[in-house]
Amino acid sequence: MIGRVLAGLALCWWALAACAAGLVDDRGVEVAFDAPPRRIVSLLPSLTETVCALDACDRLVGVDDFSNWPEQVHKLPHVGGLEDANVERIVALRPDVVLLATSARVSGRLENLGLRVVALEPKSMKDVQRVLGKVGQLLGREPQARALWQRLDAGVSDAAAQLPQRAHGKRVYFEVNSGPYAAGESSFIGETLARLGAVNIVPAALGPFPKLNPEFVVRADPQLIMMGDRNAVDLAARPGWDGIDAVRNRRVCVFSAAEGDVLVRPGPRMVEAARIMAACLEKYFP
Amino acid sequence: MTRAGFALVIGLLSAALAVLGLCIGSTGLESLRQMAGDATAMQIVRDIRLPRTLGAWLAGALLGLGGALAQGLFRNPLADPYLLGSASGANLGVSLLLVALGASPGSGGWAARLGTTGAAFVGALLAVAVTLSLARGVQQTLRLLLAGVVVSMVLGATAAMVVLWVPDIMRAMQAFILGTTAFLGWPSVALLGGALLVCLLPAIGLARALDALALGEASALSLGIALPWVRLALVAALALATGAAVAQVGLVAFVGLVAPHLVRGIVKPTHGWLVFLAALMGGALLLAADVLARWLLAPQELPVGGVTALLGGGYLLWLMHRRRL
Repeated sequence: MIGRVLAGLALCWWALAACAAGLVDDRGVEVAFDAPPRRIVSLLPSLTETVCALDACDRLVGVDDFSNWPEQVHKLPHVGGLEDANVERIVALRPDVVLLATSARVSGRLENLGLRVVALEPKSMKDVQRVLGKVGQLLGREPQARALWQRLDAGVSDAAAQLPQRAHGKRVYFEVNSGPYAAGESSFIGETLARLGAVNIVPAALGPFPKLNPEFVVRADPQLIMMGDRNAVDLAARPGWDGIDAVRNRRVCVFSAAEGDVLVRPGPRMVEAARIMAACLEKYFP
Repeated sequence: MTRAGFALVIGLLSAALAVLGLCIGSTGLESLRQMAGDATAMQIVRDIRLPRTLGAWLAGALLGLGGALAQGLFRNPLADPYLLGSASGANLGVSLLLVALGASPGSGGWAARLGTTGAAFVGALLAVAVTLSLARGVQQTLRLLLAGVVVSMVLGATAAMVVLWVPDIMRAMQAFILGTTAFLGWPSVALLGGALLVCLLPAIGLARALDALALGEASALSLGIALPWVRLALVAALALATGAAVAQVGLVAFVGLVAPHLVRGIVKPTHGWLVFLAALMGGALLLAADVLARWLLAPQELPVGGVTALLGGGYLLWLMHRRRL
């Protein structure tokens, strides 16, 4: 009897220990680790940034072609794009773990080749917190991850609090590209805007990045327009757009490619993203 | 050149390309040299380069075979293996899968288990089934052709709509449409090899019917050929060959159209030989494109679909210029 209880207890303990060591990624797959990985390949810029923000940049041995922050990842081998990552180069780097997006096609192939794969997909602010927790767990730096999230969250609130009263409640249109695709309320950009007290003209119901009818923007009459410089076009030349409040009063912020990277990547630079957008709001509504 | 001689030449060419395929990659010859003592180098050559090389050849062979069958069945030199709607079916299948994957992150679910390969295969076969039911079977060639065009258009437009609504999947779709041989592993090679065997045997066995069909349907019937059954079997082989190839390597363009023409430009084969030689030619073509795609920008890679069109199209233009066609 006692033996059976002891066996049961041992089993419970074993199960708990197994849970503590395993990490459930965004596909719902549990990945087991004996020790924190020492050689990491990251195939998503926001995951690269998250690893580096947790002071583990030196553990990265390879990144995707789009990872460009912080400075030191420029020196690492770049192993291909998000959809065409080079299997051979990744294997040659002998990573303990490969971090990638859930949509990455390469994950199945890497697992077949015996590599550990953790798929994480940060898309919103809530995801940033969750992914930070997971990467912290992976690196054995959970307390740092929790502290970092608190700093980030406070930083965004801080950026919002420092905005002048006049900048609150303004109607903003964020054009992602000249499709025109917009950043809606439910996108990461939209969430940052909302934290800054701006009113997004694209409601959450339309999805994160809806393709709009240009007419919709004219009717919503935004007071401020934000866009990236890759898509900077003459807005007044679009039919009917010269009547839009923001176009008439030239309240258009054009972000550089580097700023655009900060704005669209849900990761540890979200405070910087909030500051960039806050600066734009403050420039036109001091 | 005799047909057997031509087959030998393409066979040798393929073998040479396969050897190149083992040597070329992001880590270059280094992996090959260190193979004996280094487990990672061994893995790169044995589990990445070798299956990828064989898989590219097999997928190309399936497309070449499909092209020869389509051109024979429809008696039209412009027919390609995607004619019955398999390409746009696969396209739609993959786009819906990507949407399903994106919609429910965190759930492993059916979508993850099906994978791109499964979705493309199911999509391609369903599209062909729709085409066949619209054409009420395979008996009227023109009806079948028209149904194929309509299904391609409708499914292609639907896939475009899906991408428009969910722009998140745009990049992944672009990669699928360009085609890639980068993710081929041993299971893919086994599947492609099996499909080639299953398609090649009936295709060669029934090729005499295609010869008769070339004289016209009435002549074929008067020669005592059971046209309905032969057509059904050949359409099934065409659908399977295309579906299997598209599922593994994506929408690689042009191999299926150009491989039979390249064969005809050099020898004058009957359909039995044409089917066989077009498969060899397709294999050699896609493998050559794969090797080039890996080599030109190494350690980066080009999309193999673009290279195929350049390679096959360039060669075809040269043949046309020399008036061999």
